Amino acid sequence: MIITKEKPLQEILGFLKPYKKVLVVGCDGCVQPPRSLRESERMASLIELARSSSGQPIQISATTVSRQCCAEGLQNQLNVEGYEALLSMACGVGVQVLNSVFPSIPTFPAQNTVFLGYEVKREGEMFENCRACGECMLGETGGICPVTRCAKGLMNGPCGGCVEGKCEVPAEIRNWKGEVVQTLKNDCAWYLIYQRLKELNRLDLFRKLRLPKNWGIAGYPRRM
Amino acid sequence: MKPFSHLMKAISEGKFVYTGELEPHRSLDLSEVESWARTLKEAGILAANVTDNPRSDSAISSLVASYLIQRNTGLETIYQLRTADRNRLALLSDVLGAAALGLKNILALTGDHTRTGTTPSSKPVFDLDSTGLIALIHRMVHEGKDLDGNEIKGPRPEINVGGAANPNMDPLEIEVLKLERKAEAGAEFFQTQVVFDVEVARRFLREIEHLKVPTLIGIFPPRSYGQAEFFDKYVPGVRVPRPFMEAFARFKEIGDKQKRSEKINEYNVEYFSSFIREVKREKACAGIHIMAVGYPEVIRPLMESVK
Repeated sequence: MIITKEKPLQEILGFLKPYKKVLVVGCDGCVQPPRSLRESERMASLIELARSSSGQPIQISATTVSRQCCAEGLQNQLNVEGYEALLSMACGVGVQVLNSVFPSIPTFPAQNTVFLGYEVKREGEMFENCRACGECMLGETGGICPVTRCAKGLMNGPCGGCVEGKCEVPAEIRNWKGEVVQTLKNDCAWYLIYQRLKELNRLDLFRKLRLPKNWGIAGYPRRM
Repeated sequence: MKPFSHLMKAISEGKFVYTGELEPHRSLDLSEVESWARTLKEAGILAANVTDNPRSDSAISSLVASYLIQRNTGLETIYQLRTADRNRLALLSDVLGAAALGLKNILALTGDHTRTGTTPSSKPVFDLDSTGLIALIHRMVHEGKDLDGNEIKGPRPEINVGGAANPNMDPLEIEVLKLERKAEAGAEFFQTQVVFDVEVARRFLREIEHLKVPTLIGIFPPRSYGQAEFFDKYVPGVRVPRPFMEAFARFKEIGDKQKRSEKINEYNVEYFSSFIREVKREKACAGIHIMAVGYPEVIRPLMESVK
């Protein structure tokens, strides 16, 4: 799933300042935590309240679509007539698709798109574990991705920064101001790979010399 | 293995070698490191590593510093090159540049993550890791090509490439498998992280004997209790034996500065000469990498006591 984090309200209000009629568009696709109709309505009422209390009222509605990343269906699912701007609750892909499908009005992002990841339990902490690098090596690494989960993306880890199975690079959790509120230690991906492959009796895979990755494949922007 | 450097020639002749370490700073002025280089040379150190942005603290180009130190002092340098800051194009450029300047040794490193250093806002590179860099240099030297098969025109670079090793890794099996990869990639020598415990060094050297890669064990005779404590507490995986820490705790209590230094020097020479005599017996051990840069009072007596 694509993990997003809501932008600070002040930033969103800044985007919408020149506009008096706005549509908030949710997405029922893979974006997590959910950014669907309920969340879009909540966002719309927050904006409405902020604008009316500052003496700049706004007409704002909320809707959702099945997937903002499929341009084909969007024309039929969304009626943007009369709106001056759209606010997308989806990932950065959705924002770009709405902008291209409805070029006459601007679409602004309500989210910071953070990473591709997973959650251990519903609405719990989210972890990054795929960078869509285009050359999956999970078959050789016990299903643990070093490209994403090793801070250095090493092909032949672990490095000397692995101490007691933890990475030397701190995992910093930041608040919306960007301030570090908590510092944690990530697991060393290569230490996990070693343990997993040892369990599976496949240290031959761990021992394998891996030549540098072909980053040409991951060169962006990509097309399929 | 084809020895190009004095270091690798001496090792291939079966000599027990000593290397040192020099750390240029974020400055144009190399006079201080050059003076250390002269001290190391006088003490009988065969070659010295020149660090590359150590701890991700940016410093003068290690390529330039390696060249100038070697030219100005006559001490052979081991050019440290880390992949944290350069992609494979830049690494190839620097390796060719090093060969053109007459440098003969490169220690291939991944390097600390840029987030842990003085410039955490930078975009880290890590296009290759240390093993990948060893493979690149090996291919340049022995096949005249880069990793994509592009040919180097004219003569091939004459460089011996080494890798870093960590005898303190727990479990040690991880390190052994990693070094098997580095050896396969073409590593011609290893220099290790600091070791204090002779048992740790011995066990490590026996575990990697099958690789037949000459290995220099890293030592760091501390000048004070604070330095010893730093290694014990803050350097990943390094364990300082209890009796060693206890001895340094006693020295800390000596009020007279000169007496304290004398006691510490005496203890270091005694402790590390016995350490060196022990590890020297191991087949895989080709020498010692002494990282105590500003400590000539101990380096020379230590080397002499082992002869």
